[in-house]
Amino acid sequence: MRLTIAAFAAALSVAPVIDAKTLRWASQGDISTMDPHAQNEGLNNTANSYIYEPLVTYNEKFEVVPALSTDWKQETPLIWRFNLRQGVKFHDGTPLTAADVVFSIDRAMQPTSNFRQYTVGVQRAHAVDDNTVIIYTTVPNPVLLRQLTELRIVNKGWAEKNKVVAPQNFVQKEETYAARNANGTGPFMLKSREVDIKTVFVTNPNWWGAKTKKGNVTEVVYTPIKSDSTRTAALLSGEIDFLLDPVPQDIARLKQTPSIKVVEGAENRTIFIGMDQFRDELQYSDVKGKNPFKDVRVRQALYHAIDIEGIKRAVMRGSSDPTGSIIQRAVLGWTPASHERLPFDEKKAKELLTAAGYPNGFAVTLDCPNNRYINDEEICKALVSMWARLGLKVSLNAMPRATYFPKIQKHDTSLYLLGWGVPTFDALYSLQSLPMTVGKGGDGNFNLGRVSSPEFDQLVESIKGEVDVKKRNQMIADALMLHNKQVMHIPLHNQVIPWAMRKNVSVVHRADNRLEVQWVRID
Amino acid sequence: MAAFIVRRLWQAILVMLVVALIAFLLFQYVGDPVSQMLGQDATPEDRARLRGDLGLDQPFYVQFGHFIGNAVQGDFGISLRQGRAVSTLIKERLPATLELAFAAAVIAIVLGIPMGVYTALRRDSWFSHFLLAVSLVGISLPTFLIGILLILVFAVMLGWLPSYGRGDTVQLGWWSTGLLTTTGWKHLILPAITLCLFQLTLIMRLVRSEMMEVLRTDYIKFARARGLTDRAVHFGHALKNTLVPVITITGLQLGGIIAFAIVTETVFQWPGMGLLFIQSVQFADIPVMAAYLCLIALVFVLINLIVDLLYFAVDPRLRIDRTAAAH
Repeated sequence: MRLTIAAFAAALSVAPVIDAKTLRWASQGDISTMDPHAQNEGLNNTANSYIYEPLVTYNEKFEVVPALSTDWKQETPLIWRFNLRQGVKFHDGTPLTAADVVFSIDRAMQPTSNFRQYTVGVQRAHAVDDNTVIIYTTVPNPVLLRQLTELRIVNKGWAEKNKVVAPQNFVQKEETYAARNANGTGPFMLKSREVDIKTVFVTNPNWWGAKTKKGNVTEVVYTPIKSDSTRTAALLSGEIDFLLDPVPQDIARLKQTPSIKVVEGAENRTIFIGMDQFRDELQYSDVKGKNPFKDVRVRQALYHAIDIEGIKRAVMRGSSDPTGSIIQRAVLGWTPASHERLPFDEKKAKELLTAAGYPNGFAVTLDCPNNRYINDEEICKALVSMWARLGLKVSLNAMPRATYFPKIQKHDTSLYLLGWGVPTFDALYSLQSLPMTVGKGGDGNFNLGRVSSPEFDQLVESIKGEVDVKKRNQMIADALMLHNKQVMHIPLHNQVIPWAMRKNVSVVHRADNRLEVQWVRID
Repeated sequence: MAAFIVRRLWQAILVMLVVALIAFLLFQYVGDPVSQMLGQDATPEDRARLRGDLGLDQPFYVQFGHFIGNAVQGDFGISLRQGRAVSTLIKERLPATLELAFAAAVIAIVLGIPMGVYTALRRDSWFSHFLLAVSLVGISLPTFLIGILLILVFAVMLGWLPSYGRGDTVQLGWWSTGLLTTTGWKHLILPAITLCLFQLTLIMRLVRSEMMEVLRTDYIKFARARGLTDRAVHFGHALKNTLVPVITITGLQLGGIIAFAIVTETVFQWPGMGLLFIQSVQFADIPVMAAYLCLIALVFVLINLIVDLLYFAVDPRLRIDRTAAAH
């Protein structure tokens, strides 16, 4: 009798043949919430994408591909019809319906949602029947599909039952159920969450994409490790398999370690310099009564004086992608022509500065973050010394991100360094936020030097509503060139981000710095 | 006695109010959590709305008043980073910090006292010189460096011990303990050693010098003259008299261990209050920072109060009525 039970047990345990593959990965900070509409931050969106899925998503080449919607059609310039995938179930077993999709889009449009920028231009969503959703837009919106990749679908019944119809509200000082519990349709389910200690995800055996899944990970353990050296040590000692953010000074050592490999790829984040081109007198300068940055020759002089290859070699240790454009090459609308930089030419820079009336240079303060971008403060130091050769007396004001951003967002700066990533992978996002005149609805949102060109604004307005892809691309190309011609900003480089992992782990490096677990293989 | 305690408690409240006030003044300069909560692409209107929701647009004395008003009722607000009650967060983290602190204190005492005795008795042996030399390293190297060195040797090179975290924990009511699992113990070793090293050195040197002092006194000579064994003289008479200042110092240091566990917790990703504080600073999570600083102030105040009361019990001179003493 005992034998038969043992045999039966053995037979049972054989049934699932997939062997367990656990991916343990780490980066500096922790996921802050499991609510997919509460905090629009890189790591959060990465973790939430394991559990929750959007209607459409990106493939490895950042092309829009079906996710919860199998096909869609723009019926009129303002009406989009989406057919939902059949047979999709949430982790609690309830089926996905059009009501869930409509509810989720409404939820993302709530005042307490931090995902409203992805619903810009959306008027409302409407369920035609259980499997069809129509989205009405206020204007023809060529980037709607790309916006939808960040709008994840939650279960309406679950949200109502647990009183999380709206995303986290700080006014009411309540803890929301959705911050620590999750019920999505995605490839992984939330198994446990201990804030700042670890978060465990297990594979969803009923996922619709299970059969065609590229990776073989069955369990994901995410651990935040704050200290840089401890993070590297944990990877070296084999306690974690993957490190999203190895520190630059450890890269050389990691590359030499036989059990570790480093995969480098361009991030779609461009680092650039901005200048106050609005005030009649700079706040932080010794030039009185006028603003030197209003003169294009001064901006060109600063540009010509930058030895970007030197910065790449000495500061970035070879890991950067110098550019003359404010968007990275993976972004839709990028052109090789806009990528061309003004050449490094100190003589010309000096001539331009003299012609503009500053033969002896002037003094100005450069504001710079010191914990936001890769080697941000070091880049600024290098710039200070390069501009010093023109006779400019640049004093560096470096500060942590928590104080830096509030300061520069008030336009309280004369000269600043900023990095800009593009979640929609479409040039409009950058053109609208950075060089467009400060206005409503995200226009000039991060135009911190308050550049203003009516010609440019008109171009961007047309790009917003243009549905003809060819015409639209031409207008983007024109706008990029206009930006460069007027030197609205001085682009420096696109960040190159290294990921470090054990030799047996293979991943797809993504330009938005997200680790897609369903693509990871462990051998 | 009661009047003494009331007076001390009154002073304690004053100290904590001052700490909270200074903390709030400092928070004006740590920056703005709003831009981190909303991400780069939020509109200025969104930012203004959230700032208003959080009450960050009010002047600091209004914010401070709100904080004190709520704190008196035991409400420290909601963490901006995690959206959970600060009191819950601190309650979750307290066990980890206390277990680490006590482990470090125990190691420091259990090793420090015998080592101090040994180096006092065998002043010229090579082992004494060795211990003193090593202890010099313990007192002069910064904690984070010791932690990193230990990780390098024991986790990366030898692979014996884990480099980060707390291992598996068992939940006893609201108290989570790592002391009931094997991985929990393994994870505790390196951080506890790192944290205790300074106290260990301190106790050892303190015991050594006190012991050498005591060994020169007359009553030790008389004890020897009475023909007592070395053992009885050293441990029965000398050590006992040595321990009075050691107990005082160790008690006061315990508060220090809890407060300064920040560095050790950061290096080892030990999920205690110190780590919580560091992460909150980076995010400008004001409610958590304020609560943590007040709590640490409370710990110090309480320990000092207990030490004062102990003196009261130990030293009869303090018990003399004040009015009588004035004559």
